[in-house]
Amino acid sequence: MTIISAAGLRKDFTVRVKAGRLRRERRTVSAVDGVDLAVERGEMLGYIGPNGAGKSTTLKMLTGVLAPTAGEVRVCGLTPVAQRTRLALRIGVVFGQRSQLWWDLPLRESFGLLRHIYRVPSADHAARLRRCRALLELDAFLDTPVRQLSLGQRMRGELTAALLHGPEVLFLDEPTIGLDVVSKQAVRGFLAELGATGDVTLVLTTHDLADIERLCRRLVVVDHGRVVHDGTIEELHGRYGSRRVLVADLDAPLPAGFAVAGATVEAVEADGHRVQLSLDGGVGAGTVVAALAGAAPLRDLSVREPAIEDVVARLYRS
Amino acid sequence: MARAYWALFAGQFRSVTAYRASFAVELFSNLGVIVFDVLAVLVLFSVTRTLGGFTVREVLVMVSLTACTFALADLAVGNIERVKTYVRSGRLDTVLLRPLGALPQLLLMDMPLKKVSRSLFALAVLAVALHLAGVTWTPARAALLAATVAGAVTFFGAFFVAGASVAFWWVESGELANSVTYGGREFAGYPVPVFEGWFRNTFAYGLGFAFVGYHPALALLGRADPLGLPAWSGWAAPLVALPAAGAAAAVWRLGIRHYRSTGS
Repeated sequence: MTIISAAGLRKDFTVRVKAGRLRRERRTVSAVDGVDLAVERGEMLGYIGPNGAGKSTTLKMLTGVLAPTAGEVRVCGLTPVAQRTRLALRIGVVFGQRSQLWWDLPLRESFGLLRHIYRVPSADHAARLRRCRALLELDAFLDTPVRQLSLGQRMRGELTAALLHGPEVLFLDEPTIGLDVVSKQAVRGFLAELGATGDVTLVLTTHDLADIERLCRRLVVVDHGRVVHDGTIEELHGRYGSRRVLVADLDAPLPAGFAVAGATVEAVEADGHRVQLSLDGGVGAGTVVAALAGAAPLRDLSVREPAIEDVVARLYRS
Repeated sequence: MARAYWALFAGQFRSVTAYRASFAVELFSNLGVIVFDVLAVLVLFSVTRTLGGFTVREVLVMVSLTACTFALADLAVGNIERVKTYVRSGRLDTVLLRPLGALPQLLLMDMPLKKVSRSLFALAVLAVALHLAGVTWTPARAALLAATVAGAVTFFGAFFVAGASVAFWWVESGELANSVTYGGREFAGYPVPVFEGWFRNTFAYGLGFAFVGYHPALALLGRADPLGLPAWSGWAAPLVALPAAGAAAAVWRLGIRHYRSTGS
């Protein structure tokens, strides 16, 4: 069942540009330029793109903050801007750089206030809070005023705050920005678990592609307000010909002229004792390793997955 | 729904009282404005015996009535001025993500509770001024006072909201709007005959400031208007408040719509 749909979604902004000493010209810029999107209930969608690609603007249109210039949007069967408050009860939003907690109050009190704002029955609230407390290990700082929390702690608080009313869709804008490695992992682990239940649809914008690799099967790449890729990470690799790399250390030099079907020798180093082969799509590493072992005794092996960073960087540049 | 708004208010209350000492100091320092209002009247009357044909006791009623209703309006909606910082910082987005109206959220989230002391003090000054002026109380006058306070608070509140809405178009704004709001406050506290010409006409009758301070005060004091307006003009505060509130709500709504089409 489709929970988010957008067709021909566009957002134009008027900017004033200096033209001459006093004159200013108005120019229209499309931050989002014809985005089509359909997200199924329970999906985990990564929404990525370079700075200024229109990610946040799209998110704001999906959540009812900004009105689209043109196009259709439906989220949970509602029109975001026209039915903003009804939609707000059914979605959760986490902005990495903005807080929805009360700065001077302990987390526990912020959660209590949010229960009333979202009119959550207290049993549901208690059950959800209990789950978040366990998964996000909130107990150590539940009674600390928000202003005294570390960024990682605060982000765990924000995630909880966005989930206490049991949203059907959770929008996350840069949820791991500025976090240390441990906090990043805690947030990712939590989101992975949340997504695995299938109850919540996740839409995540990020600059950290490790977030995507860890969490999202589906990836939408936007650039200049347009969707340039919509599919799985594997499809992205396939489309841009990124390949897995096999690195083998050998006890004897690789015989000259060694070749194997489905792989290409990329480099031979250390007098033939180390060799790098790139694997064609769909070829198992096993057959290549077997051929290699037949040619020279193997000491060590590693297989490197193609880095999504490289693919995406290529995508942005093209 | 009421619980939700109450929760926002409670959040603000607990936030400001988290810093007890500074809250106490602010409560106290907020009284200054009202003291200065009274002092200004006393200084004026040290050089003249009447002002626009009114005695010091009568002018004190006008000044304290305006000071009191303005302080209440400031307490209730004055902090809407901060919407310009919310537009700039993007905090308005988080407001729009909650299942409540944007305007009531902003008012309750940021209610300047330190101004409670000012409102209470101004009420006390008003009570003293009414007593000194020797107002004879009838049920009609009590009703008039209540209607005037309600009307004037709404009226001033409308100016605050309309003025703050300007921020949706020009983020670096507020000075012009403030000069009307605060200028109007000063105007409303003094007898209209003191002013002259286009200035009087614009502020007193065009914008309606005469009907929230001067005219109700005349009716409370049982005096006729030297400028010849009929007696019922003393009851006009709610009448000017309604269109002002309607206009402010319309400007606010336009502003939010503009924000949603332009972003920040």
